[in-house]
Amino acid sequence: MAFPKPRPARAELPRQRVQSLQCGQGAVRAARFNADGNYCLTCGSDKTLKLWNPHKGTALRTYQGHGYEVLDAAGSFDNSQICSGGADKAVALWDVTTGQVVRKYRGHAGKVNCVQFNEESTIIVSGSIDSSVRCWDCRSRRPDPVQVLDEAKDGISSVKLSAHEILTGSVDGRVRRYDLRAGQLCSDYLGSPVTSVCFSKDGQCVLAASLDSTLRLLDKDTGELLGEYTGHRSTTYRLDCVLNELDTHVGCASEDGRVYFWDLLECRRRHKE
Amino acid sequence: MAAESSDSEEEDLVSYGSALQPLQEGERIKKPVPLQEQTVKDAKGRYQRFHGAFTGGFSAGYFNTVGTKEGWTPSAFVSSRQKRAGKTVLGPEDFMDEEDLSEFGIAPKDITTTDDFASKAKDRIKEKARQIAGVVAPIPGTTAFDDLIGPSKITVGVELLRKMGWKEGQGIGPRVKRKPRRQQPDPTVKIYGCALPPGLSEGSEDEEDEYQPENVTFAPKDVMPVDLTPKENVHGLGYKGLDPSQALFGASGREHLNLFTGGSEETSNLLGDLRHSKGRKLGITGQAFGVGALEEEDDDIYATDTLSKYDTVLKDEEPGDGLYGWTAPKQYESKKRPEREFKYIGKVLPGFSLASKPSAPIKIYPPPSLPRNYRPVHYFRPVITAGNESCHLQKALEESTGKLESDPTQQGRHALNAAQRREQLGETELKGPAPSVLEYLSEKDRERLKEVKQASEQQMKAKIVSQQSANSRFQVASPEEAAHKWQMLLGGQLANAGSSDFKPFAKNPEKQKRYENFVKSLKQGEKGERLERFFDQNMTEWERGREQEEFFRAAMFYRSSNSTLASRFTRAKYEDDVDKVEVPRDQENDIDDKETAVKMKMFGKLTRDNFEWHPDKLLCKRFNVRDPYPDSSIVGLPKVKRDKYSVFNFLTVPEPTTSVTQATNEKIQESNSLNKPKKSSRWDVSDKEKEKKDSISEFISLARSKADVQQQPPVPAKEECGAGTTETPPTVVADEDKNQEEESGRPPMDLFKAIFVSSSDEKSSSSEEESDEEQQPTTSERQSETTKQVDIADCSSSNLQENVTASTDSGISSLPTSKQELDATEEFGPKLPPAFSSGTTWQQQTEVPATFPGPSRKEKHRKTRERHKTKKERKRKKEKKKKHKKQKNKGKHKNKKAEKDSSSDTTDSSDSLSDTDTTGLSPKELLRRLKQLQY
Repeated sequence: MAFPKPRPARAELPRQRVQSLQCGQGAVRAARFNADGNYCLTCGSDKTLKLWNPHKGTALRTYQGHGYEVLDAAGSFDNSQICSGGADKAVALWDVTTGQVVRKYRGHAGKVNCVQFNEESTIIVSGSIDSSVRCWDCRSRRPDPVQVLDEAKDGISSVKLSAHEILTGSVDGRVRRYDLRAGQLCSDYLGSPVTSVCFSKDGQCVLAASLDSTLRLLDKDTGELLGEYTGHRSTTYRLDCVLNELDTHVGCASEDGRVYFWDLLECRRRHKE
Repeated sequence: MAAESSDSEEEDLVSYGSALQPLQEGERIKKPVPLQEQTVKDAKGRYQRFHGAFTGGFSAGYFNTVGTKEGWTPSAFVSSRQKRAGKTVLGPEDFMDEEDLSEFGIAPKDITTTDDFASKAKDRIKEKARQIAGVVAPIPGTTAFDDLIGPSKITVGVELLRKMGWKEGQGIGPRVKRKPRRQQPDPTVKIYGCALPPGLSEGSEDEEDEYQPENVTFAPKDVMPVDLTPKENVHGLGYKGLDPSQALFGASGREHLNLFTGGSEETSNLLGDLRHSKGRKLGITGQAFGVGALEEEDDDIYATDTLSKYDTVLKDEEPGDGLYGWTAPKQYESKKRPEREFKYIGKVLPGFSLASKPSAPIKIYPPPSLPRNYRPVHYFRPVITAGNESCHLQKALEESTGKLESDPTQQGRHALNAAQRREQLGETELKGPAPSVLEYLSEKDRERLKEVKQASEQQMKAKIVSQQSANSRFQVASPEEAAHKWQMLLGGQLANAGSSDFKPFAKNPEKQKRYENFVKSLKQGEKGERLERFFDQNMTEWERGREQEEFFRAAMFYRSSNSTLASRFTRAKYEDDVDKVEVPRDQENDIDDKETAVKMKMFGKLTRDNFEWHPDKLLCKRFNVRDPYPDSSIVGLPKVKRDKYSVFNFLTVPEPTTSVTQATNEKIQESNSLNKPKKSSRWDVSDKEKEKKDSISEFISLARSKADVQQQPPVPAKEECGAGTTETPPTVVADEDKNQEEESGRPPMDLFKAIFVSSSDEKSSSSEEESDEEQQPTTSERQSETTKQVDIADCSSSNLQENVTASTDSGISSLPTSKQELDATEEFGPKLPPAFSSGTTWQQQTEVPATFPGPSRKEKHRKTRERHKTKKERKRKKEKKKKHKKQKNKGKHKNKKAEKDSSSDTTDSSDSLSDTDTTGLSPKELLRRLKQLQY
């Protein structure tokens, strides 16, 4: 693994607010931790991207260069670069220290909903409302994507990467997993628009949140349903879902302004924050 | 270098120029100096002007003056009284600036190694070239002295080569294995006396080869470059000065006159081996320098040459190949000997052997010699008006040469037939019955006569025309030439000139045919001679030429008009003649059945689609993953060619889930018996609509399922399966209420409506039919077998109806059971290839019928159906009225069809009818079909 060792996670679920940041960016479209969890990025609707030290609550840098709302961002494993995607249909690669746009990839025909670095931060994978996932090369100066994954029939809402897989969730109600190693595309139909997908830490399962207010835990290999988590409300917005560090709990944002946690195995709702 | 290239990551990063200085916080970017303020200074800080810099001028001195600001100053007067020997003559350097004399100036003073000194002593090839040049030079042998002064410096290339293992005198290239060459006794040369032992007759090098072990390789032989030095001297053509290497030993086999070594052949022969070192030896040798004491050449020094040794007559080829001098490359030499001509020097590919016989030389027919009174002047043909000429003649002329006009008055009277003569004389045509003799002849004979007549006519005409051509009215280029010319003209655009719609010679079908052939061949890029064969063999050369020209012109004309039109259109995305498009091979299944699966929370096989997906090579590299398909050039999902205009490119109808959908469909149907339309997948439709055909495709899936069963242990039945197990066979269900089935089986109406626009109800029914028919191929597109089988079923089902016996019943029963199994297994088992994998499946199929008695099954089916009806009623509430109506129509239609089809009872209930249709096949029959399928 190229990632630095993540900080040991707390065993229990987060219960109280540690810090709140006044971003001043208008609506915050996304907030992302960096690879080691020491910094975080907030994507504002005022076209800016901000880097924070969330533990101290200090703003470290503002990245300006997007032409419209920034919708998602991700940090590279070595914290040297940031990629972000915005409503200006562009994917930007930032240098963290200088705050300059290193490269801008244009090619999407619509808002870029989600961006991810691959493990070595050599590829940016972006999913867009134009129903395509594009893989951009950070190493060369190619203006066009390395590959376009246009199998989705509707917008891409979420993209996640593992060492050799690209996981996409699409509004057409499917979770697609592109396995580079096996040369295979697995498409799971969930029935309702998928808002967020993520891998479990053990890489065996896939968690998908969809607009029928349900989280589903699927077996990665067979596509079988392992668990279903309901109780929150998610019918309109693109809200994220997560698995915790030890794969013991499932978390998801809800449209009632809370974050819900479920026990992974028992599928019981545990906490509302 | 190697290290760099291996680091693949690095090579993608290319940086140009030097990085800009990172700006300090708050620092403003310096404004660039505008262009007009930019100045150029030379090394000494003087301003420079690009005085016509871009037209070749250069700056000289101080603002184009010389030297100083004041301009050119004349050198001070110096009395020459004391300094008489002083420099009085000024060279150009005196008027030059210092920078002109610098390294990059126009007269650099630096000491550099010139080409003359660049290690030529070590460079063999160059040396040889020089050697050649030296001999050709006015004073032969001068370069030989130069070689003595060669510096010891070696060029980099040579040094590199040496490091790679090259040695002087060797050729460059991979080491070769040299086979010991045995001298083949030349068949044409008779050897008198005792022949030399084979080893001795060859050169010294070949002798070495004798001792060569098997596994030793040799460096390739050094190659003598072909001398291509231009002729710069004023010597006569072919004059060769003294050839130092030839002077003594060099007069190799050539017999040609050598001015100075006239009779030295024998002596050089005596010297034997020395001759072979000719190529490498260099030195001041030659008769001009006399002969050493050891050499017995004295008597030849003052050899007088006699005139008899000179050529006094110009022959077409010089004997002894003096044409190129001794610098001639070896090829010229070897060409002289025909049997050597086919000696192939290089390697012969395995599996090939050298031809023993030369291919027959192409026969060239010289163009016809021009007549003596030929004048190369063109005058324009007189225009023929149809009136003043006999129509017969005109017709005849057109037949042969299209629009060839010939003056009738110029024709001899023998060329005219009676009618023509009559016409000319102004006589009236004979009236009266005057029955033609032809009428008494049989049809065949008449035709034969006609042919003969035509042939003779043609010949006649040919004669006339050739006479005319002799009169030099037209100058006809040789056909090859013409063809070439025209081909050049027409270029690739001729490809568009189709014969289909453009018929310039429509009046004359024969000619039109010839034209079409001609154009076709022209498109294929054939040359003039080949084109010839399309012309009438009876025509003369001249006529053919004419016609060819005409054809070319016609083709050209067509092309040009075509191209003007073409400029208004863009190229088609897909080729017109190929009615296939590339579409993804695998497509995600119809989501209808998935939706139900999701509702039932049956994730897994039902909701999952697996595709072969090809990641980009670079993507794999970046992900540090081995390319799963290293050999494929595909990126993404593999594509296949499909019918371009098929609706089903846009519908996703994947094959593997067929059975699954069928299962659901069956349920649907059952519930549907109350004539309630419902939402269903396209799949159902196609399945139900063609019941007969269905039987077969079902059969396939059945067989597959069998195989599945064999391969896989039974899987715990899920909800769906539970429903399915008690199901009646779809066909049985289908019979009873065809209307409903058809309804159920139809794809979304809107779609077809959109495609096959039809306003009236009547039309709609027909259009539906169309669509249905279209659907059949697509559904089965995945498996070509399916379609095939359907076809078979189609034709055979009607025939086989009479055959329906007790066995049919059993046959029926066999189907449903296996179908159920199929339903259960298909969902969970792996997909099987569409083809039948094993013979065992057949056996099973044939065996099964015996186990189930038919009638009881049927009853059971009905019961279950009833049950399901009530069960599923609720589901079908979202029906569309319109759809319903149409389905009714459809049903009627179908019924009609069925009536037609059935040769037996039309009054019979559709039930039994379809029974017979679908499954009324004896096991044998089935087996036979399956076998057919396989092949």
